[in-house]
Amino acid sequence: MKERIIFGYDPFVIPFTLGVIFILLYLGTGTVRILLNLKREEALNLLSSIFSVKLFKTFKDILFNVLLHIKIFKRNILLGYMHASIAFGWFMLIFIGHIEVILYTPQRNGVIYYPVFFRYFVMETSQTLRGAFFFFLMDLFLLIVLSGVALAIYKRFRSVRLGMKRTTRLKTGDKIALWSLWMIFPLRLLAESFTADISGGSFLTSTINNLLGEFAESTLYMDTIWWAYSCALALFLFALPFSRYMHIPTEILLIFLRNAGIKSTSSRDGFAESEIYSCSSCGICIDACPMSVSGNKSEYTSVYLLRKLRRRRQDSLFMAEQCLMCGKCVELCPVEIDSCRLKLLKKRENFPNKIFDYDYLGKREPVVESRANLEKKSKVLYYAGCMTHLTPQIYKSLFNIMDRAKIEYSFMDRDGSICCGRPLILSGGENTAKDLVEANSKIILSSNADILLLSCPICFKVFNENYNLNGVKVMHHSQYINLLIKEEKIKLKKGDFSVVYHDPCDLGRGSLVYTEPREVISAVAILKDSSNLPNESICCGGSLASRRFTQSERDSVTLHSLEKLNVNNPQKLVTSCPLCLKSFAKLNKRETLDIAQLVENQMI
Amino acid sequence: MVDFGFKLSSSNRIDLDSCDSDLFLKLKAESGTIKQCIACGSCASSCSAANFTGVNFRKTILLIERGKNEEAKELIKGCMLCGKCTLVCPRGINTREIILSINQYYKKERF
Repeated sequence: MKERIIFGYDPFVIPFTLGVIFILLYLGTGTVRILLNLKREEALNLLSSIFSVKLFKTFKDILFNVLLHIKIFKRNILLGYMHASIAFGWFMLIFIGHIEVILYTPQRNGVIYYPVFFRYFVMETSQTLRGAFFFFLMDLFLLIVLSGVALAIYKRFRSVRLGMKRTTRLKTGDKIALWSLWMIFPLRLLAESFTADISGGSFLTSTINNLLGEFAESTLYMDTIWWAYSCALALFLFALPFSRYMHIPTEILLIFLRNAGIKSTSSRDGFAESEIYSCSSCGICIDACPMSVSGNKSEYTSVYLLRKLRRRRQDSLFMAEQCLMCGKCVELCPVEIDSCRLKLLKKRENFPNKIFDYDYLGKREPVVESRANLEKKSKVLYYAGCMTHLTPQIYKSLFNIMDRAKIEYSFMDRDGSICCGRPLILSGGENTAKDLVEANSKIILSSNADILLLSCPICFKVFNENYNLNGVKVMHHSQYINLLIKEEKIKLKKGDFSVVYHDPCDLGRGSLVYTEPREVISAVAILKDSSNLPNESICCGGSLASRRFTQSERDSVTLHSLEKLNVNNPQKLVTSCPLCLKSFAKLNKRETLDIAQLVENQMI
Repeated sequence: MVDFGFKLSSSNRIDLDSCDSDLFLKLKAESGTIKQCIACGSCASSCSAANFTGVNFRKTILLIERGKNEEAKELIKGCMLCGKCTLVCPRGINTREIILSINQYYKKERF
C-alpha cells in the first residue's frame, strides 16, 4: 500500500473539509455555551463525574444509547437495526479509516479528510492478509450501513412495518440532511468501487468494480463520483445544525451531563439546551402520546414541542399547556429526554404567582390544625384529598377494610381538604403551592402519625416528592391493603371473575408502584393483561395537568384507553385512582371499580 | 334636612353596552366553554377552597359576564386549582383553564 497522489491532496476534498471545520466550530461554541450556563456546583459535579468510576458508566451509556440504540431494539427489532446499523456502522467506517491511515500512511496522520477518502489516495502494491482483512471490514460495515439506509428509505413509505404508525413531519433542514444522508453511502460505495482496481477492495467494492468495468471506463467517472461523495458529505455537515441530526453529537454531551446528576432548571438554556438538541425526532413519542388519538392533537406531542422550544417559538407555552403529563413519552424516549420537566419549567416561567393568595390558610390555622387533633390519636392518618371526596365510595370501602382489620385511623380531612398542591405544581405554580404544602405538613406533623395513607396517586406523588414529613411513611391504599393481606389481618376469598388493572400515571410511571396493586388483585380475582405493558399504560383522560383539553377531547382519550384495556375481554376494570375511576366509570360498559371496593367485596 | 336613617341605594343596573367585556370576550375566544354555564352552582358547592374562604366560581363567571373583572379576580384568588369543579360541571366547562386565564390576564395587565 503506498500513496498514489504525491501531496495527498486533490481539490475534491475541499467541500468536505470546509463542512468539517464548520461543524467543529459550531459544536465547540455550542458546548462552551452550555457549559458556561451551568451553576458552580453543577460544573464541579460534572468534573468529579468525569474523573471517577462514573466515566465507565458514561462510556457504556454512549456505546449502548448513541451507537447501538439498545432501547429502540427492545421496542422493535427492525427499527432498532435501522438506527444501530447507520450509527454503529458509520462510526466503525470512520474508526477503521483512521486505523488504516495510522498503519499505512502514518505521514498523513491528522489530515482531516484522509481517513474518509483513504481509498482515493492510495494504491495497492501487493495483496496482503492484513490489507484483505481491513478491506473486508470496510466493505462489511459499508454493507451494514447501506442496509440501514435501505430500511430508512423503506420506512418513509411503510413505517408501520417498522412498528411506527406515525412518523414525524420533517422541516426543510431535516429534509436536506436526510436526503444527503441517504446519498452519502451509495455514493461512497460507487466511489470506492470505481477505484477498487487501483486501491483494492473486497467482496463488495471489487465485485461492483468488475461489473462496472464491463460497460464503463472507471477512470472517466472516478473524479466525478468522488466529487459527488465529498459534496454529499459537505451538504450533510452544513445542514446538520439546522436539522434533527444534531442529536448525534449533542447526545454525547447530554449523557456526560446527565450522569453528573444535572437537571434542567430552565425550559430552554443550559442543560435543557442539550436535551432539546438531543431530540432525534424519531417520533416514538407520537404513537405513545394519548393526545394523538384525538384529531389534530398529535401536533402537541413532545417531539414538536421540543422543536418549538429549540426555535424559541412563543407558542411552545400553549403546547406545554396541552400536555396531560402522563409521562409515557419520557418512559419510551430512546434518548431519555425529560420533556415533561421542560414543559413544567415552561409553564412555571409564565405562571401568575402574584395573583393567587392563600393567606386564609394561615389565618384559619387553629381550626385547620385542630381537625386532626380532635380525633383520637392513632398511627394511621388518612388523607382523602380533593379527588377522593368526589368518589366517597373509595374511602368508605377502605374504612370498612380497616375496621375489619381492626386498624385505628384518623381522618385528616373529613370536613374538606386543603389541596395537596400537585394540581398547582402541574400548572406551573410550584412557588405558590408552597403555602398549601406548608399548611398540610403542619396538620400531618401535629397528628403524630406514623403512616400517611392516601387514596389518590396525584397526592401520593406530591407527598413523596415535595413534602418533608420527618419520616412519616407515605403509603397508597393499594400498598396498604397489600400489607394487610400479607400480615393476614384481612381474609379474602378468590372470585371467579376476571379483571384488568389500569396503572394510574402518577402511581405507575410517576411513583413506580406496579407490583402491589397486582398482588392485591391476584389475591381476589383473575388478573388479565391489557394490551399495554404496565409502564406504558395510557392516561385515563382525566389528567389535571392539561389546561386546554376540552371535555370531548378527554372523552376520546378515555375511550382509546378503555379499548386497549378491554382487549382481553375482562369482566371488570380495576384502578386505584379516584380520577381514573371517575373518567372510566362514565364511559366503560363494564363494571369499573377501585381496588379498595374490589377487596371489600371479596372479604370474608 | 332631617336624617331619618334612610338612604337611596345606588342603582345596581349594569349597562351591557358600556361595561368592560374585554376579559369575557378573551375567554370566549380561547375555548368558549365559559358561555355554556347554566349557573347551577355545582362548582361552588364542591369547591375545596370554599371551605375556608369565599371562592365561588359560579359567581365569578357571572361577574365577568357583567364586566366586573376586578371583583371576579378577587373572588377566585384563593382557588387551589384542584380541579373538582371541572369534574362535577354538567356542562363540561373547562374551569381550570378559565381561572388560569383570568389570572394570566391580570398578570399581563396589572403587574
